Amino acid sequence: MSARNLILADLDGDRTWRLQDYLARGGYAALKKIIAESTPPADIIAEVKASVLRGRGGAGFPTGLKWSFMPRSFPGAKYLACNSDEGEPGTFKDRDILRYNPHSVIEGMIIAAYAMGCERGYNYIHGEIFEIYDRFEEALAEARAAGLLGDKILGSDFSFDLFAHHGYGAYICGEETALLESIEGKKGQPRFKPPFPASYGLYGKPTTINNTETFASVPFILRDGGETFLNYGKPNNGGTKLFSISGHVNRPGNYEIELGTPFSELLEMAGGMRGGRKLKGVIPGGSSSPVVPADIMMDCTMDYDSISKAGSMLGSGAVIVMDETTCMVRALERLSYFYFEESCGQCTPCREGTGWLYRVVHRIEHGLGRPDDLDLLNSVTTNIMGRTICALGDAASMPVQSFVKHFGDEFAYHIEHKTCLVPDDVQREGSKIYVGPSC
Amino acid sequence: MLSQESLKLIDVEVAKYPSDQKQSAVMAALRIAQQEKGWLARETIDAVASYLDMPAIAAFEVASFYNMYDLEPVGEHKITVCTNLPCALSGGVHAADYLKQKLGIEFNETTPDGKFTLKEGECMGACGDAPVLLHNNHKMCSWMTTEKIDQLLADLAK
Repeated sequence: MSARNLILADLDGDRTWRLQDYLARGGYAALKKIIAESTPPADIIAEVKASVLRGRGGAGFPTGLKWSFMPRSFPGAKYLACNSDEGEPGTFKDRDILRYNPHSVIEGMIIAAYAMGCERGYNYIHGEIFEIYDRFEEALAEARAAGLLGDKILGSDFSFDLFAHHGYGAYICGEETALLESIEGKKGQPRFKPPFPASYGLYGKPTTINNTETFASVPFILRDGGETFLNYGKPNNGGTKLFSISGHVNRPGNYEIELGTPFSELLEMAGGMRGGRKLKGVIPGGSSSPVVPADIMMDCTMDYDSISKAGSMLGSGAVIVMDETTCMVRALERLSYFYFEESCGQCTPCREGTGWLYRVVHRIEHGLGRPDDLDLLNSVTTNIMGRTICALGDAASMPVQSFVKHFGDEFAYHIEHKTCLVPDDVQREGSKIYVGPSC
Repeated sequence: MLSQESLKLIDVEVAKYPSDQKQSAVMAALRIAQQEKGWLARETIDAVASYLDMPAIAAFEVASFYNMYDLEPVGEHKITVCTNLPCALSGGVHAADYLKQKLGIEFNETTPDGKFTLKEGECMGACGDAPVLLHNNHKMCSWMTTEKIDQLLADLAK
């Protein structure tokens, strides 16, 4: 097994999230060293580049490179934002990082602010996890009281303050420019890029946005070295990563493993398939990543390159496991409804197209499918993709394309026979209330 | 319009942002107003807007965009159940059906005594805890078996 806890190291559930516990785990050592040695900011960015840490929010963009885009000498305010607006179906890792190890995110953000010259930061937390937002506020108060945040951090000339901002129910705010609009107190509608946030971000000032897990990885990298972090993963896929496993496994939950660990091992760690049933398909990187059939998935390793080769994306590391009791048409119908519901409405292809996708999949599922519906679905997706401001339209299209591609026979069966290939009672039994041993 | 307590809480939020960016506090301010009033009537939204020196329509845009704000009255206890795919694979839909049956209402309905409103939610970022539901937006209830749903409803009915 390749379980390896760097981000969730030495945690003991709810009991050890406070500052004193984090300090006892070696927390804030990296920051203290940087302050004591007045480490040049460029050295920090070089260390993060050496770690080959890639953005953990979904896009997998190299973090060190992103940091180097910030115009350090820009006169005036520069901002830092943490994206904890975790609402992609299947993803629930940032909640656990903030719940059990909030100071790792705070320390990571302070180091990032030091490296990029930011004076102020915001952590945008998903509204539905409001109890976690309250806890993060408490953690911030602890850090401020200890002189780790605010004016002249640890007696140095470096000042940075950090605040929590909550969402209130909009998936689109996980898109980085929508998130900035939301912090500005507006509807969360994405902005055109360019200009990119590094030149025109929050309040029109240079801004860098990283995911929660990305920031939480930074203290380890600065303390133990970028190369050490890289070596926990594999080339071009540095470090460990949290995977959120949901669906038909015996122990749904978060598992931190080295990148490059075989999927079969991860599945075993999650207790294997529920009821010993057969694996049918896996959505490996959150609901917007293309579904991968069981036989292909079993040959994959869990890293950006392997999953990409399998025709999907590692995304946020949200692994949705579906067994043989799953009707793939019904599964897709639910996801399509989600994107239809969450489209911000700004771009016509997405606003109208997600409605088309949902309605067509819905009618196939309900026995009203027409012979040319699969062609229609493909045509709608190609008319959405690449024609919108942000990636939500693509995110809505990729599940449709991949479900139809890999499970086309199930869709055809629905259209021809007006019923599911998987009998209703089998589906019902497979999706009944399941509470695993981990709770 | 809003209580002194709510205004004080809003002031704490305003202080998080640069002094010329009071509007940034609108999401928290609307949440605080909703906690006080139970839901967001137009005059409540207008009061928030005026307190933050922003146009009323801009505050309304925010209130209507984010789905945890209630623009119509809801019951004393709003229960939002996630039925998205990962939850549905572990009983999210069954839990919702059970709630509907127990309360005798459908989604977006309120019990005649005004106690409970049932809503269908989108991903709450807690798929490993399925079935998951939110009580009055802020309290997350995990692994909701029928027994735990019975217990929750009994506790709330008191």
